[in-house]
Amino acid sequence: MVTTTEDDVTSRAGTTKGSNSRRPVRTTARIVVLALLALIFISPLIFMIVTSFKTRAGATEIPPGWIPNPFTTQAYESIFSANGTPVLRWFANSMIAAVANSAIVVLTASLAAYPLARMSFRGKNIVFGAIIATLLIPPVILIIPNYLVVGSIGWLNTLLAIIVPTAASAFGVFFMRQFFLSLPIELEEAAVLDGTNRFQIFTKIVLPLAKPAMATLALLAFLTNWNDFLWPVYVLFSPEVQSLPAGLSTLQTANAVRYDLLMAGAVIASIPVLLIFVFLQRFIIEGVSRSGVKG
Amino acid sequence: MTASTQVTASREEVAAIPRGKAATGPGRRRGSRLEHNPWTPWVFLAPYLVLFGVFVVLPALLGLWISLHSWDYTLPLKPFVGLENYISLFTPDSINYTDFWASMRATAIFTIFSVPLLLAIPLAVALMMNQKFPGRNFFRAVYFAPYVLGVAVIGVLWRYLLDSNIGLVNYYLGLIGLPDDTAWTTSTPAAWVALIGVTVWWTLGFNAVIYLAALQDIPGELYEAARVDGANAWQQFWNVTIPGLRPILMFVTLITLIASANMFGQSYLMTQGGPSRETRTAIYQITETGLRNFQMGDAAAMSYVLTLFLMVLSVVVFWLFRERKA
Repeated sequence: MVTTTEDDVTSRAGTTKGSNSRRPVRTTARIVVLALLALIFISPLIFMIVTSFKTRAGATEIPPGWIPNPFTTQAYESIFSANGTPVLRWFANSMIAAVANSAIVVLTASLAAYPLARMSFRGKNIVFGAIIATLLIPPVILIIPNYLVVGSIGWLNTLLAIIVPTAASAFGVFFMRQFFLSLPIELEEAAVLDGTNRFQIFTKIVLPLAKPAMATLALLAFLTNWNDFLWPVYVLFSPEVQSLPAGLSTLQTANAVRYDLLMAGAVIASIPVLLIFVFLQRFIIEGVSRSGVKG
Repeated sequence: MTASTQVTASREEVAAIPRGKAATGPGRRRGSRLEHNPWTPWVFLAPYLVLFGVFVVLPALLGLWISLHSWDYTLPLKPFVGLENYISLFTPDSINYTDFWASMRATAIFTIFSVPLLLAIPLAVALMMNQKFPGRNFFRAVYFAPYVLGVAVIGVLWRYLLDSNIGLVNYYLGLIGLPDDTAWTTSTPAAWVALIGVTVWWTLGFNAVIYLAALQDIPGELYEAARVDGANAWQQFWNVTIPGLRPILMFVTLITLIASANMFGQSYLMTQGGPSRETRTAIYQITETGLRNFQMGDAAAMSYVLTLFLMVLSVVVFWLFRERKA
């Protein structure tokens, strides 16, 4: 590897005796460094969970305690019952929006990516070029005009405002197209010879093979929508239509020093994404790394 | 073949691998062999293109139109003003000039400090992880974990941890003998350190995962050839690893640059743009101008100016990472 030194060159023929004796030490040092880093990475999240089970006073005590004493669920009880901060409602809103958005992304992106990967037609390069170009334009130029577009459809202050506009996912099309290109074309060719039409080929042959890619895209779209912050902050105004991240920011404004409540809210907002991550992290990490390697 | 020519050949090979992969997907050349009706592809494309047209193409053009008007959302008349909104952004005594350029400065400060850190630290982490050892996937997951939490969660969380009186950060800094009363969210430059540090913590894993996948694609034989050639670890890094990563480095640089230049949530939640708007970024200024004060013409003009800056920067990145003939 990168850390191997010149000694290896001389002893290469005989299974690198010199480096073998050093390697356990190196690996241990490496693991120690990585473990310290991991501790820095994970401790803020642990402290968030710990604080959510503290009392109001406990959340601001010095020195900060890593075990809630007394242990209480009153922060959760109070954000579930409080007026003006309907956290459960926000949770439901975010869940509905993220599921719906991710379904639309997977459906429209898969459909659009297939002809871009497998058919030749006039205008294909223009369409694909236009879609890819939007990957490079910063989203900021769309914020102001999209507010007007969404407003004129009558979607401001409704969940549709955070479901539909962001579903036009250029990344999704690109991602699915790359996946379709990686499939062997022979199955589809054989089906064409049998007289199967392209829609049947797509639904019966291509989509079943594309399940892992679609699952990955669905997860990434879900995470993106669940975590989206700027857009919901500005297009949703009433407390009962807020998404959880936008609601969390209003909770912070209203309860600046109630850290027990804020941490409980943050934990609620983290639960679905952390669960998804713990159980499906392979898909997410592979999806992210594939977006780079094949990009 | 002498060792040195071997290594030279290998370096070109490294540079060629990702390029070849991107340029020739397996099915592209053969896609035309399958017959279809002329309208079939458009049926497949239709649902996406409707969304794309209404929420991407239309707004991109509408934004330009708005920027040429005095467009107050709350007023019935939106008179055409030509380039006035743009001109006022470049006129020092106009109402928007000071706030806009202060916000551009804030975005620039954030970008200049966060991008190099987000390129270098994740690369170091990825290099350390680019070897088989027990717990590797566990570490990878831990570093990636903050990224799956949204900016709302990490903003609210760090606003608490960085509280100058009761925050964890100041408490532990005090324990190791450092100043324990830094106002992380209400004074500069401490606020910048906080915003940049939190962003590095939040997104490091994302870049590291991309690097790691790319590192694993560099053929081991290239390192072996370099070792045969007597290259030490440092030389291997510069002559094998970096050329092998070139396309990925460009990709990571671009997405990190665009993400940093679009920073909003951290500032909105941790510092509320303060102290006295010092950490109010360009995006923050644009959305407040356009969607809180409803001066949409001004805001649209600002967003096009910001976009122009970003496009110039992107071209510079492309140029920096262009292929150089050895």
